[in-house]
Amino acid sequence: MVKEIERAGIPVVHICTVTPISLTVGANRIVPAIAIPHPLGNPALTHEEEFDLRYKMVEKALKALETPVDDQTVFD
Amino acid sequence: MSLKVVHYINQFFAQIGGEEKADYPPEYREGAVGPGLALNTAFKGEAEIVGTVICGDSYFNENLDTAKATVLKMISDAKPDVVICGPAFNAGRYGVACGTVAAAVKDELKLPVVTGMYEENPGADMFKNKVYIIATKNNAAGMRQAAPKMAALAIKLGKGEKIGASAEEGYMPNGLRVNFFEAERGSTRAVKMLLAKLADKPFTTEFPMPSFDRVAPNPAVADISKMKVALVTSGGTVPKGNPDHIESSSASKFGKYSIAGVEDLTAENSETAHGGYDPVYANEDSDRVLPVDALRKMEKEGKIGSLHEFYYTTVGNGTAVASAKKYGAAIAQDLLDAGVQAAILTST
Repeated sequence: MVKEIERAGIPVVHICTVTPISLTVGANRIVPAIAIPHPLGNPALTHEEEFDLRYKMVEKALKALETPVDDQTVFD
Repeated sequence: MSLKVVHYINQFFAQIGGEEKADYPPEYREGAVGPGLALNTAFKGEAEIVGTVICGDSYFNENLDTAKATVLKMISDAKPDVVICGPAFNAGRYGVACGTVAAAVKDELKLPVVTGMYEENPGADMFKNKVYIIATKNNAAGMRQAAPKMAALAIKLGKGEKIGASAEEGYMPNGLRVNFFEAERGSTRAVKMLLAKLADKPFTTEFPMPSFDRVAPNPAVADISKMKVALVTSGGTVPKGNPDHIESSSASKFGKYSIAGVEDLTAENSETAHGGYDPVYANEDSDRVLPVDALRKMEKEGKIGSLHEFYYTTVGNGTAVASAKKYGAAIAQDLLDAGVQAAILTST
């Protein structure tokens, strides 16, 4: 799905936990996530801390969209 | 004397549990467990599973380095002649785990190893050039066909016998070519193939074209604070009650749902339809999969232009690559029509 969106000309960032799969499939901008059942959250944190974590991850994803890349890039 | 085999399987096939036990750390058990019994039968006395290493799929993938090291030590301590991983069928994380363990057994322990999985399992593309992967069906009903092939190849490898071509042994082509004399010369084979093709009869090419499907990255977004951003997910986020009945695996459709006026995904308005991970955390708060709350805040702060009125969702669990490609293309067209300028896709 990432690739089809990219192919249509829309810059896309993939947030996922198992980055080797994303690399194999062919995403170009990749942001690693927290865990498989909660990629953008962490139930061990308080609600506020968790929101903060998620907000920062989305910020990183937006930064990735604003970053020129020539090849597949994982934004650690 | 029969060959000593150590078998690697996940928490599901060890009958420890499903997704709620996917964070199960590595454990060693004496003898065969679960699918190991079918392998033992298929060995016909030439080999025997002396021990089984079990690890939860999420645990393995989320703690790749430590899990790999622990699993490898357990295998090594059992002193096997040959190692078998899986088969993983179409379970993605299990396939990646089987491939990772198999490659490490081969490279670090220098032991012969066989794994098995479905050709669309992401682990297949990642590891088919590194280790022998028997091609299996996409679900566990394929164990009956897979076990004899995996057992036969494991015995051959364990005895140090010569391994035949991929088509003979049943493993996925690994890119290695071996010179040999064919009974018929090339021109005869080519003409026969051409005649078959003209007559619409089946034929097998001797040189399949590699399928490298890569898309070049789009230029960076100039200023995200002026852009309309859309959310897409393979994590199965749906409105509470899953109104379009998106399937928990092998999804036959994607959904498009309005989030106009929605500030926050909650246990009351959203849930996940995904059957391939423990749904507890997503059902409590779907922002953990689809970050609507964070993007709403950024919209207010002017960090993004706007959040697209709809989100797009499917279940990426055992879903065929061809289906995902079709849904992706349809979603992309809808995004273009709606003037969306950037997308965030989340996967579980």
